[in-house]
Amino acid sequence: MTDVAAGAAAARGGLPDRDLRSRVAVRVNDDVRQLDLDNRTTLLDALREQVGLTGTKKGCDHGQCGACTVLLDGRRVQSCLVLAVTLDGAEVVTVEDLAPAGDLHPLQSRFLERDAYQCGYCTPGQLCSATGMLAEARRGWPSAVTTDLVADRTALTDAEIRERMSGNLCRCAAYPNIVAAIRDVAAAGGAA
Amino acid sequence: MRAFRYHRPRDIAEAVAVVAAEPDATYLGGGTNLVDLMKLGVARPGLLVDVTRLPLDTIGTLPDGGLRIGATVRNSDLAADLTVRRDFPMLARALLAGASGQLRNMATVGGNLLQRTRCLYFQDVTKPCNKREPGAGCAAREGQHRDLAILGTSDACVATHPSDLAVALAALDAVVEVQEPAGPRDIPLAELLRLPGDEPDRETTMVRGGLVTAVRVPPLPYARVSTYRKARDRASFAFAAGSVAAAVGLDDGTVRDVRLAFGAVAHRPWRAYVAEDALRGQPATPESFGRAADAELAAAQPLRDNGFKVPLVRNLTVATLTDLVDSHRRAAAWVP
Ligand SMILES: Cc1cc2nc3c(=O)[nH]c(=O)nc-3n(C[C@H](O)[C@H](O)[C@H](O)COP(=O)(O)OP(=O)(O)OC[C@H]3O[C@@H](n4cnc5c(N)ncnc54)[C@H](O)[C@@H]3O)c2cc1C
Ligand code: SF4
Ligand code: FES
Ligand code: FES
Repeated sequence: MTDVAAGAAAARGGLPDRDLRSRVAVRVNDDVRQLDLDNRTTLLDALREQVGLTGTKKGCDHGQCGACTVLLDGRRVQSCLVLAVTLDGAEVVTVEDLAPAGDLHPLQSRFLERDAYQCGYCTPGQLCSATGMLAEARRGWPSAVTTDLVADRTALTDAEIRERMSGNLCRCAAYPNIVAAIRDVAAAGGAA
Repeated sequence: MRAFRYHRPRDIAEAVAVVAAEPDATYLGGGTNLVDLMKLGVARPGLLVDVTRLPLDTIGTLPDGGLRIGATVRNSDLAADLTVRRDFPMLARALLAGASGQLRNMATVGGNLLQRTRCLYFQDVTKPCNKREPGAGCAAREGQHRDLAILGTSDACVATHPSDLAVALAALDAVVEVQEPAGPRDIPLAELLRLPGDEPDRETTMVRGGLVTAVRVPPLPYARVSTYRKARDRASFAFAAGSVAAAVGLDDGTVRDVRLAFGAVAHRPWRAYVAEDALRGQPATPESFGRAADAELAAAQPLRDNGFKVPLVRNLTVATLTDLVDSHRRAAAWVP
């Protein structure tokens, strides 16, 4: 060990560097990626800085804004609070892969048509979140504003969409158009 | 963030042994609270023991009609469970009132119960906080404490427990199954989380290394008509300013039995035993509900800026119990 490396190890409480890093295999969109990570790396930073997928955005980095939303094993989560080291064998879908290359996902089309953004910074998170949310609704999950908790299926009224999307903030306040775009897709059957 | 090692235990016994043996090891659930606190420098573990792949992720029905919920069941899966929605609606409603869709998909039951306070000074390492650093003082008492506790506080700490789920579980007399280095133990939820006293840094009655493995909810037939009501600064995605979990069993117009717990008012979910005792045998009217809430809240010691919680929780109690009585009446009038 060089003096520098030994000094750095001492600063980490004497632990050898290898214990503080991990190798994980994560399927990101279509590719299995072998990631060699500092254990502190969040999924968000791994995606942006190691995988090179910068569609996923960092807003707050504390779970409060939803800009970093991705689909993890099919469920929407905030990638800023997920440690990448936990993801060996997991499957991540980002905004880049919601639709096949060159195509648009129905949500993306409706966001365009409904002008559901201004600066666009929150949009990738809104799209991934809405994708996960529509899947939850198809499975019959209720929300805080659902009156009949035991109904098989709850219609996605504007109030339902707003509640279910409350984890995604939009600093430009494009909310009315975001709700409209999602309502269109929900009305057309939810889009897989 | 301090660098840390990461370990995925083979089984429960190994998880507990590893954490018990290393003073700076801690369990990692969904990470939605812990990872945030690590970024803030408030939590500085040297070893994370990831419990999310342990076989603790199932919801089972017990022979007596109760529920057994594994500690790593995600909040969203618990809220979506049909038995929970049908038999314990207050539980589903409390979960759905918490955080956001994304966070509920990550958050585990164990992590939710053991999440740390949202007190601003606890989260800011440049400020004095007895919970983070025993003896340092409490910046909240004279500072921003609008969101903090009015019941069961101490000179040392006025923090609140932020969980919605825990309030419903307290009302339902839930029992927490923990695995400690010495073996398994059952702890009533009401006794798992402590009041601050002189040691606000000690938050639970588990010994170090204790792992929450499951939560049992005993049957409560009248909880089929129960609910959770939460008041907050915005309509969604905000912690409670005050909340109420309630169920009431009626004999004609009289309160036969009642469960009532308050959230966002104390260092742990506040089971309103005084109000419950005052209500049994009384007419199920808004007047009785108000008197019972007043009796419970007589012990409140609000600070400069959080006195609003007293009438808030009182009004939530009256409104929630009144709604439940109406629901019972509608259910009784309903002829299939
Ligand atoms: C922006 C935001 C808004 C939120 N709003 C709400 C809200 O409105 N209502 C609400 O109730 N919550 C809210 N939360 C909090 C959220 O519910 C919690 O962060 C979550 O429930 C914690 O669960 P987790 O599995 O992610 O825990 P982790 O972050 O993994 O762990 C939390 C703590 O529990 C310990 N732990 C975890 N599992 C176990 C176990 N099995 N045994 C022993 N110890 C364990 C960890 O060591 C850690 O100390 C919010 C969070 C954020 C970030
Ligand atoms: S209220 Fe408790 S958590 Fe907040 S600053 Fe005071 S001691 Fe710390
Ligand atoms: S960047 Fe993850 S929630 Fe804001
Ligand atoms: S479009 Fe600008 S933040 Fe939403």
